[in-house]
Amino acid sequence: MFEKSIKQLSAGLAAGEFSAVELATEFLQRAKALNGQLNAFITLNEDLTLAQARAADATRAAGHAGALTGVPLAHKDIFCQEGWRTTCGSKMLENFVSPYSAHVVENIARAGMVTLGRTNMDEFAMGSSNENSYFGAVKNPWDVNAVPGGSSGGSAAAVAARLAPVATATDTGGSIRQPAAFCGVTGIKPTYGVVSRFGMIAYASSLDQGGPIGKSAEDCALLLNVMAGFDERDATSVERATEDYTRDLAQPLSGLRIGLPKEYFAEGLDAEVARAIDAAIAEYKKLGATIVEISLPNTRMAIPSYYVIAPAEASSNLSRFDGVRYGHRAAQYDGLTEMYEKTRAEGFGWEVKRRILTGTYVLSHGYYDAYYLQAQRVRQLLANDFAAGLAQCDVIAAPVAPTAAWNIGEKTDDPLAMYLADIYTLGVNLAGLPGLSHPIGFAGNGRPIGMQLIGNYFAEARLLNAAHQYQQVTDWHTRAPVL
Amino acid sequence: MKWEVVIGLEVHTQLTTKSKIFSPASTAFGAAPNTQTAVVDIALPGALPVMNKSVVDKAIQFGLAIGANVRRRSVFARKNYFYPDLPKGYQISQFELPVVEGGAITINVDGVEKTINLTRAHLEEDAGKSVHEGMVGMTGIDLNRAGTPLLEIVSEPEMRSAAEAVAYAKALYSLVTWIGICDGNMQEGSFRCDVNVSVRPEGQKEFGTRREIKNLNSFRFIEQAVKSEVRWQIETIEDGGTIQQATVLFDPDTGETRMMRSKEDAHDYRYFPDPDLPPLVISEEWIERVRSELPELPAAMKTRFESQYSIPAYDAGTLTASKALAAYFEATVAAGADAKLSANWIMGDVSATLNREEKDISECPVSAAALASLIKRVQDNTINNKTAKDVLRKMWETGDAADTIIERDGLKQETDTGAIEAIIDGVLAANAGMVEEFRAGKEKAFNALVGQCMKASKGKANPAVVNEILKQKLA
Repeated sequence: MFEKSIKQLSAGLAAGEFSAVELATEFLQRAKALNGQLNAFITLNEDLTLAQARAADATRAAGHAGALTGVPLAHKDIFCQEGWRTTCGSKMLENFVSPYSAHVVENIARAGMVTLGRTNMDEFAMGSSNENSYFGAVKNPWDVNAVPGGSSGGSAAAVAARLAPVATATDTGGSIRQPAAFCGVTGIKPTYGVVSRFGMIAYASSLDQGGPIGKSAEDCALLLNVMAGFDERDATSVERATEDYTRDLAQPLSGLRIGLPKEYFAEGLDAEVARAIDAAIAEYKKLGATIVEISLPNTRMAIPSYYVIAPAEASSNLSRFDGVRYGHRAAQYDGLTEMYEKTRAEGFGWEVKRRILTGTYVLSHGYYDAYYLQAQRVRQLLANDFAAGLAQCDVIAAPVAPTAAWNIGEKTDDPLAMYLADIYTLGVNLAGLPGLSHPIGFAGNGRPIGMQLIGNYFAEARLLNAAHQYQQVTDWHTRAPVL
Repeated sequence: MKWEVVIGLEVHTQLTTKSKIFSPASTAFGAAPNTQTAVVDIALPGALPVMNKSVVDKAIQFGLAIGANVRRRSVFARKNYFYPDLPKGYQISQFELPVVEGGAITINVDGVEKTINLTRAHLEEDAGKSVHEGMVGMTGIDLNRAGTPLLEIVSEPEMRSAAEAVAYAKALYSLVTWIGICDGNMQEGSFRCDVNVSVRPEGQKEFGTRREIKNLNSFRFIEQAVKSEVRWQIETIEDGGTIQQATVLFDPDTGETRMMRSKEDAHDYRYFPDPDLPPLVISEEWIERVRSELPELPAAMKTRFESQYSIPAYDAGTLTASKALAAYFEATVAAGADAKLSANWIMGDVSATLNREEKDISECPVSAAALASLIKRVQDNTINNKTAKDVLRKMWETGDAADTIIERDGLKQETDTGAIEAIIDGVLAANAGMVEEFRAGKEKAFNALVGQCMKASKGKANPAVVNEILKQKLA
């Protein structure tokens, strides 16, 4: 049951092998049994889950079932969901029950999918290890001493541990791809604007993008079909015809040109990761792909550019958490200023404070040009790099992270080391391109290794097609941790 | 030393749209607190702003009306600061690239025309309100107003007196209400002025240090505040002091300005382009559509009135002071009344009565058609001017038609020469003394005799006929 693909679950529901309530109950039991160990969920709410499952069964009984009706999933705790506690991993929103639902949540509900729970994450999606959650670190299901990656660590861990068949996630600088890689699952960050940000709690608005995490590329494609779509409530949502992201899955890869950016395979890349990528590329060649070396010369500037732009936007986006209307408010204060100071000092964790301070600084009078504007210029250079690179190939293959998952606590005292680990994922967000991560093997210590595929704007179907074909001839994505 | 006053205005006009600038919530005034708020207006987590296109229409209208450049691409920026009535912790405004640039407005002070150039006009959202009434030991927040669309109109520092500042504010007010982008309700805050004031020795090129008087919501306050501020600045300098850049508030009770915050306390707003909103791109077609829907503007209408109705420039200017007044005039003429007589009546008795009753022309109980039928009775000599004034008063009070009142009260003027001659003969016989005086060269006596004749006819005799016959008889 827990190893089934979405397609198989859907078929089982359609054939009456099990009901949505039975399915949800089984997954909930597993989640409850293992969450103490993994901390993948912040909130499980059996009543709400089963009510959704019963509604899905009723829809099916009435003959109105769609392809995904009754299929359960987990939501990253960043998507507002009416009636559910929506914390964003923060003390600030510890008791916040959203009065409305995100576009993504609405779409998924309309498809009849059943919410199993709300997954853990780095506070306000700021982090690469999921150690920045007010609700505690998430453990990597492959090794509970390892981080699961971040910020969508809860979603990746839940799928890897088979606590949920698929999960929603978001990616601002790698937050879908990197935890997917660390946990041995598949995830895709779509082109900026494909998935509505309405109701998705903002970290860095010009970079944030929702996407699916699943066991396979096929599962991701099916969930993306439901998540994506124009939304007039998000002014950055792209208005274009709806796509079926599964349409090209079966296409053979003969003639596919894979670009390898030389800057991504230079100093700093762990030898085990490099070897795993070599092996994966060899598989792709067997499937008919050809390899071209490309150059993305400004790659190393992605880190400073990202760590100016993202905190700048975050410093403004997080101003609304002021204790006035909802969320945490300090118990004792004298006057307005102290109410703000204490509320925000108590409500935010260290990494969030660090980024608010950084962002406030780079936007300040006299520094704006030197930092923010300069970072925006670099951002354009990075986009130009990708445009030139993608003119020479169909997809770019790259590492997701320099290493496999590190140990919990290993980098918590060194934020800079943590930031540097984002080097291979940030560029995609700065350029607004789609990026996919799929498992390609394991490090010597048994921790998963992933590989990234980067495509041109709106080339999601192509990326999913490539990963799916790879997954037809390999079994890394079917491996599950022993729990 | 002679001092020159330099004044520039920043006017916040609330735009008349049904929904807010970035949310679908209603902008109607006076609802129960926090009932007109969408997720964006309360700044719930995950809420996003979406541009209301009808707000842009209004900005384009304004730009076209003042002959400004409507930018094909303008940018929304975030102005960051913390305040409880500012739910997002930033205001969405326009900073470096505003939607409207340049343009000008003509003002008239004591018959002298002057052109005031505008710097820019940009779109932004209003904040909510803090509520203190009925709160004990706390402050309430009402976010109904949060997100109401504003067009902030910034002038060049080209006004040189309180009178010019008021004239500019009035001209701007007249324009925005004329084109219908603002309801002009100053009590409800639909038109609020920030006035920048500085003084400099006459002949000096550099501007003096300015102080900004915030949030003036009546023309009288603008005048009082500017005068008080100018007096204070000159006194301060003449006493050997210097002016520090500051924001001040005007207290209508004392008639004085007082410091709100100094330059040192000024916020660093950390403006940056709002990543939630793509640049506002306005196509040529959009501008042309708005242009085709733009009403005739006051200046053009004034010129047309002068030529089409052959009325003096003064009359045309007065009648085009508001769109409703102009429409009333045109309707009166269209109903068959003489243009000049219509102008006289509207600028005279009609306006005077409205003023006395503190009513707007739109609330006038006598319709344009009804006024026209009255004027026509003057034109065709059915009644004389003096009787017409009484009839208008009765129309005003009862709502009856002019002809009904004339008929009922027997006010039709006597034009039959035989009947008038008989009245005159009677008057001459009874006032031999006056006749003597007139013959002795006292012209005044003639008017007195006319008066007696009118009295004898109970005001109904045609004064022109009386004059003529009387002249003949006394010749």
